[in-house]
Amino acid sequence: MTEKVATRDAYGDALVSLGKKRNDVVVLDADLSGSTKTSKFAKVFPDRFFNIGIAEQDMMGTAAGLAIGGKLPFVSTFAVFATGRAWEQVRQSICYPNLNVKIVASHSGVTVGEDGGSHQSVEDIAVMRVIPHMTVIVPADGPETLQAIEAAAEYKGPCYVRVGRNKVPTLFGADYKFKIGKAHVFNEGKDAAIIAAGIMVAEALRARDLLKAEGIDVGVIDMSTIKPLDTGAVTAAAMRCGAIVTAEEHSIIGGLGGAVAEALAESAPVPMARIGIKDRFGTSGDQEALLKHYGLSASDLAMAVKEVIKKKR
Amino acid sequence: MAATEEQLKTLREKARRVRIDILKMLTECGSGHTGGSLSATDIVTALYFYKMKYDPKRPDWKERDNFILSKGHAAPVLYTELAHAGFIEHAELCTLRKLGSRLQGHPDSKCMPGVEISTGSLGQGLSVANGLALAHKLDKSSNRVYVLLGDGELQEGQIWEAAMTAAHYKLDNICALVDNNGLQIDGPVEKVMGVEPITDKWRAFGWEVFDIDGHDMAAITAALDKAENVKGKPTMIVCRTVKGKGSKVFEGKVEFHGTAPSKEELDIAMKELSGETVCK
Repeated sequence: MTEKVATRDAYGDALVSLGKKRNDVVVLDADLSGSTKTSKFAKVFPDRFFNIGIAEQDMMGTAAGLAIGGKLPFVSTFAVFATGRAWEQVRQSICYPNLNVKIVASHSGVTVGEDGGSHQSVEDIAVMRVIPHMTVIVPADGPETLQAIEAAAEYKGPCYVRVGRNKVPTLFGADYKFKIGKAHVFNEGKDAAIIAAGIMVAEALRARDLLKAEGIDVGVIDMSTIKPLDTGAVTAAAMRCGAIVTAEEHSIIGGLGGAVAEALAESAPVPMARIGIKDRFGTSGDQEALLKHYGLSASDLAMAVKEVIKKKR
Repeated sequence: MAATEEQLKTLREKARRVRIDILKMLTECGSGHTGGSLSATDIVTALYFYKMKYDPKRPDWKERDNFILSKGHAAPVLYTELAHAGFIEHAELCTLRKLGSRLQGHPDSKCMPGVEISTGSLGQGLSVANGLALAHKLDKSSNRVYVLLGDGELQEGQIWEAAMTAAHYKLDNICALVDNNGLQIDGPVEKVMGVEPITDKWRAFGWEVFDIDGHDMAAITAALDKAENVKGKPTMIVCRTVKGKGSKVFEGKVEFHGTAPSKEELDIAMKELSGETVCK
């Protein structure tokens, strides 16, 4: 956990390498290319980069047309605009016709921090997950982002990939192999398991280490694909540990916590706690302050684990 | 290169037959959008039987021109043209809106051959057309993209975002047409939410604009020809039309926006349509 890379930077680099390998890759942005890091691609491949201006709805439709025309479009803006402003365009023009468009949205959740509640997407996973044909990926670090972008490019169909603004610890080494729909189990655990996504995976690993000192054996699972959910991994963790905590910097409604709760309720009901943003809008603050403010820090997770263990039968 | 008298005669006859098929399928189905299908019939007929390149045996043929029905509720006219063009059998038209049919209430590109993109939610087709036009430019191919909008549809903000994009990227391989029949569900367009002056708006957005009678086959074909010679900017053809064109039963009647004819209304319309052709 030494090197720190923002997942948006990893995305920009992944686009450039993809652009070198494939002529069909095109990139669209809505006046935020410097922030989303699509500017890296624009610099190398100006002819395959289209700035659509501050017009997210039009951008989604344009991407759909490029996909019909045989291109592989990557579409980027902030998560709140990609999934909120343009939701119905994503539904009607991309997912309903099942087109090969990749939406990679940055500055997700609390990572946009200081900009405040207007810019913090705490609903994006929920509103993307509910659309048929859509795949939803939330990578945890730079290397996972790189592989997730490559996997999304290989996969045929609409994808939503959520990346963040700030530098995050690198969790995965060169031997890691990302696969859409496959969770990564850091350690199995015995007393409870934390299922996390995005920047919360690092918090979950910290919580695990805190609890270890107290003699509590907690498993950590990186659920980088939220849809299709790796229900096998969820069920196995529930059977093994008997208690589950989900961790996401997103609303506790409809996101990772919602998805895991749906799976558990049908396959292996065990005590569960959803750690996330509790049905409220965001507020200004830096990422670290916000994680504490919303009860998303490693110590909050550790506390939630202890509470959920008490509920075990 | 203008359409010959012989061609125009054939196109008018084709449009008459298409209208008959539209009315029959709508009556059989018992629901669907009559008015906006009939107002667009001459325009879409000219596209499929005068202007566009396509191969019904290979709907995904690389060299094809693209047609996007942005006003997706006019699906009956699109399905009928596709049947006449050989993409589907005529017999399939009577499955419109039925469970399991490829002829969904609004066009679904996943199942319907010849439909480039699913539409139905208004305001989205022009953006998709822009994307296709950009793809053709990247491929240095000469394929053209045609997109049909409704006049009520111009109330959608995304249309004007897309209008900017097409002009900004100089998409002269796009020809948009607006079926200006003047009526939307809640009444006259100008009463619900005025869109005039349509031509001035598109010109101000950087488009070449032609303003024509959308039932005059000579005018439609001439405008489509002229659009091909416009360089450096997209073309909009504002087609002044009559909603429900083809029979007095439907013409100018807002209640036929989303209503199918009854058997009796069909009988009256058939008598009118079996005589002289309906367009000039």
